[in-house]
This record gives sequence, C-alpha cells and structure tokens, in this order.
Amino acid sequence: MTERKLLTERGFSFKRFFLQWEWLLVLIFLLIHIINSFLSPYYLNVGTFVRTPMTFLDKSFLVLPMTLVIILGNIDISVGSTVALSSVVMATAYNAGISMPVAMLICLATATFCGLFNGLILVRFKELPAMIVTLATLTLYRGIAYIILEDQASGNFPDWFSFLGWGSVLGIPFMLIIFIICAVAFGFLLHKTTFGRIVYGMGSNKKTCLYSGIRTDKILLWVSILTGLMAGFTALFLTSRMGSTRPNVAQNYELEVIAMVVLGGVSTAGGKGRIGGPILAIFIIGFLSYGLGLVNISAQILLIIIGTLLITSVMVLNMRISGKRKRSGFGSHEVGKNLTR
Amino acid sequence: MLNLRRNLLLRAERFRDFGLLVFIIVLSLVIQVRNPTFLTLSNINTLLVNASILSILAVGMMMVLIIRGIDLSIGSTIALSGMVSALTVSLYPTIHPVLSILEGVLVGAVVGTIIGLLVSKFNVLPIIATMGMMNIVRGLTFLVSGGKWISAYQMSVPFKKIATGSILGINTLIFIAVVIYIIFYYFINHTRTGRQIYAVGSNPEAAKVSGIPKTRIIWMVYIFMGALAGLAGVLWVSRFASAQGDTAVGYEMGVIAACVLGGISLAGGSGKISGLILGVILFGILNNALPLINVSPFWQQGIQGAVILAAIIINVLVKRSNERMALRHRVV
Repeated sequence: MTERKLLTERGFSFKRFFLQWEWLLVLIFLLIHIINSFLSPYYLNVGTFVRTPMTFLDKSFLVLPMTLVIILGNIDISVGSTVALSSVVMATAYNAGISMPVAMLICLATATFCGLFNGLILVRFKELPAMIVTLATLTLYRGIAYIILEDQASGNFPDWFSFLGWGSVLGIPFMLIIFIICAVAFGFLLHKTTFGRIVYGMGSNKKTCLYSGIRTDKILLWVSILTGLMAGFTALFLTSRMGSTRPNVAQNYELEVIAMVVLGGVSTAGGKGRIGGPILAIFIIGFLSYGLGLVNISAQILLIIIGTLLITSVMVLNMRISGKRKRSGFGSHEVGKNLTR
Repeated sequence: MLNLRRNLLLRAERFRDFGLLVFIIVLSLVIQVRNPTFLTLSNINTLLVNASILSILAVGMMMVLIIRGIDLSIGSTIALSGMVSALTVSLYPTIHPVLSILEGVLVGAVVGTIIGLLVSKFNVLPIIATMGMMNIVRGLTFLVSGGKWISAYQMSVPFKKIATGSILGINTLIFIAVVIYIIFYYFINHTRTGRQIYAVGSNPEAAKVSGIPKTRIIWMVYIFMGALAGLAGVLWVSRFASAQGDTAVGYEMGVIAACVLGGISLAGGSGKISGLILGVILFGILNNALPLINVSPFWQQGIQGAVILAAIIINVLVKRSNERMALRHRVV
C-alpha cells in the first residue's frame, strides 16, 4: 500500500471533484426541471424560479440546523412541535394585546427555549438517546400548544406581518433573502470556524473530542439552541404565510427535514456531509412537489417518492463509505449503526 | 441498614416493576375517588379493549427496541393492512374472517420483511429505513384505496364481528392480545431464538462472534413487528368499522411511549414482558381516565408527554443510583 496523504495535501483531480455527491444532486435537480418543463408549457419562466421557492422555503430554515445535528451524530424529531408551540404562543401573545414585534420576539424566544430544554436534557442525561428525548418533547411541546389553543385557530395579525411570507424586495422574495443569509451564515459556521470543525470531530468520535479538552456539552447545547432558534424562524414565516395558526400546524415537518438532510449526503452515522447538499435537496424536493402538483399528481405519490429517495440515498451512501473503507484497507466496518444509541 | 438499602437498590430492576405497580394502584384509587365509575367492570372492560390493539403492537416494538432498533412505520402498516383486508371484504363479502386476519398479517409481514432487509443487510439506520417506509406505505394505502374510505355498510357482519364478538365470554380483542402475550412470553423467555434476541441487543459484536446469526435475528424481529402491525390493522378496521387512508397516523409514538413506560431501554438488550404489561396498562389508564375525571381532552397530549419525559428520566436516575451502589459495594 502506498503512503496515504491527507486529503488537503492531494492535488486537484477532476475525477474526484465530479464524483462528489453534490454533483449527483445537481443532476437530479436539472432532470426535475427538464421533466417539469415537458409536463407543463407554463413551467419555464423566471417567475417560477422566483416564486415557487416561497411555497416550500419555510421548513428549509430547519434543514440548516438539522444538518449540524445529524453531523453531530444526533437527531431531533421535536422540531415540528417546536414550530407549532412557538407559533401558537406568538398568536396568543399578540391577541392578548402585546404588540406584534414583541410577539415575534416571544415566538423566537419560545422556540429557542424549547431547543435549550432539549439540549439540557441531552447534556444532563447522557444515557438517553436523542431520539427518545426528542420523542418525549415532541409530544410535550405539541401537547402544550393544544392546552393553550385547544381546537381553535388564532390569527388577526396586522397586515404588515404577511409581508414576511408573501412580500418581496427588488423582485426577490423576502423569505428567500433571509434564507440565503441564514444559509451563508450556517455554511460559514460549519466550514470556516473552529466550532464547525468541533462539530465534525464530535460526530466522528465524541470521546476523543472530550479527552482533547473540548467542552462537548457546550457545543451540544449551542447546536440545540440554534435548532430552536431556526424553528422559531420557521414558525414566523409559516404563520405569516398561513395568516393564522392552529396547534396542529407543521405536523411531520421533522420527517421531511430529516429526509432532505439525508438526501443531501449527510451521513446518519455522524461526522460526514456538507451544508451544500441539504440545501440542494431542499430545492430538489420543493420543485419536485411543485412539478407533481402541475400535472395533478396527488401528494400521496410524493410521499412514496420522498420515502424511496430517503432509503435509496442512504443505501448508496452506505455502500460508498464501506466501499472506500475496503479500498483503503480498513476492512468493511459496519457504518451508520450508532445513531439511536 | 446500609445492607438493606443496598439489597433494595440492587434489585432495582424488580423494584422498578413493583414501583410502577404501586403507582398504577395509587393512580387508580385517586381516579376512583374522583369518579366512582372508573373501577366498574364495564369501564375496565372498555379500558382493556381500548388498550388491546396498542398492547399487541407493544410486544413487537419491545423486540425491536431490544435489538436496538426502532420502528416508526407501524402506523402506516396498520393503515395498509386494514385497507387491503377491508377492500377484500367489500369485494368478496363471503370471505371467512380468519382469512381476512391472515391476509392482514401477510401484508404486514411483507412490509416487515422489506424493513428487516434494509436494516439487517443494507445497514440502513432503523430510524431512516422505517421513516422512509412509513411514507411509502402511507402513500401505497392511498393508492390502493384511491383516496376513498371503506365504511361500515361495505363490510360483512362476520368481519365486523372480529372485534366486537367474544370468545369464552371475553371480548375477542382482549382474547387475541392475551394469546399473543402468552405466545411471545414463551418465545422470548424459553426458546433459544428468543434468548438470542437479547444477546444481539445487549452486544451485537459479541453475539456475532459467538455464532449467533445476527442478521437473521434482526430481520426476523422486524418481520414479527410487521406481522403484528398487520394483525393490529385488521383488528383496528374491524373495531372502528371504517378503513381510511389516514388511519393510525402517529400511532407509533404511543406504542413507543408505552414501551418506555414499561421500562424497556432504548439502548437495547433489556426489557421484560411483565414490565411491558404494566406500561401498557398505565398508558391505557392515562387515556381512559383523564376524560373520566373531567380533564379536558386537549390536556391529554401534554400530560402524556410529561409522563413519558418523567418516566425516562426516572429510569436513568434509578439506573445511576444502582450503579453507584454497586461500585460502593465493590470498594467496601
């Protein structure tokens, strides 16, 4: 076996560059657009590309922190309930006479607190897998939302509030602008800062990180807080788009979000993946459902497609990882088995 | 004195079941004081009938959790198997109920086989594989039914009798649940394959090295889970006399919660049928009794969430103090 070099020391190779998972996603993305434009003659125009993202961008704010969570080797299935709770709290606060900007801050604060609470339990009770903790808080948060609002809807927001979800600046949707800012911020955080490197490190080997003097608890807590905060953003935009809120909003968001992250090439075993993949996956699934809507294919078919995409992408990624290990002489070790631990 | 305490805590596993039992009794008494209709025969019957479908699923989920897996797809499997069997009944009203049940079990087993294949052979994480299958199976349910419901008048009387009839004076649902508990109690505790499930769960590598067919055990457990979900699907449709595309959405969370209350560790390798029964009954009481003591139905989910959270945290605390005691014992 020849001497192995560090990845960064190797020269640039076209083959390796184009064998990245993201290129496959770009290919799928283009394919969807080609199919869509065949399906409907009205598809290909600028308006489609500018306006369609507004229909699915609300949950994409969750994809960014979920990428961090999964790279960390954890999972968070309580995000949908967090969105519902913070949205309900905001609506209740506003209708109780609090001014709208303050109510929006309350919304973000509620969501952040939910994230912090998840994080605190995870840090204090390390034996508990993230899956079961967030399962409990999933029930709890939505339960509190039901206690607050029962089966009512709440709304009557001021007119300017709908600008968040529907308005646009210079022809670009406001939501898209905020999303791009958040995406750049998360990309910077994950790929250019020490914090990001530690997240990768913890995903590959938590114990080593701990023994190298890294405060793993602090990192875990911050990621949880970020997840909560972004859930708050999702709640703001979702509520703004719908104009009112109910305790059962954002049901099953966690599944779609996790599907997007995994489709984006983030390994569920932790420690692998980049922010670009999940962002591409957001647009793939978004435009896919838009295209299916154009030809009047029901949402149920979309369920089947998302499920199949989720499973096949994990299978392909697993094979790639075990294939690489075989080639580099590590022997095929079992991968992706430690998430629910 | 210390000795006594140590003994108590060293038996924490057994103590836990006992504590749960005491809690259930105290809870029942409190509810009984608030509403005297709680501990009547007819209400207990209702409680058990309502809990029986969940308890059937909980046995399967227990095995899945023991081998360190999780199955989020059972709600969808219930819907699909219920829909398929209801469709068959609406087309061929003369079909024997037992055949309907077998049909549902078969549909569930097929779903379980696919999940087991993905998890055991292709190393897909259980949560991802079952989440994907949950979407796929739910979509299939809508496809099979064409988005329509199958209502009571389209079902034959014997089919509806599956859940409403009685065997030996006991409601059929309770009867089936009891039979399944007896079968699986024997299977898990007294057969070689059953013990191998625990071995695979507590240490997969060691199990593999000592010659236990790990892949096959994992696969088998998911097939069992699927088959039980299929059975539950037929019972569900027969009980509510309606099959819909969105039957049992999110039901898996309740099942997992009952398992957690019953002391089954999500880290795998541990969990007993006795604990599970208590967990299922506690969960059934929470669902049945809250409306009886005038708790608003909107509080139910919140209370459930709080109870689950408390249960898992208490579990950890008990285990910790247990380990600390064991260590202290070693030092002395």
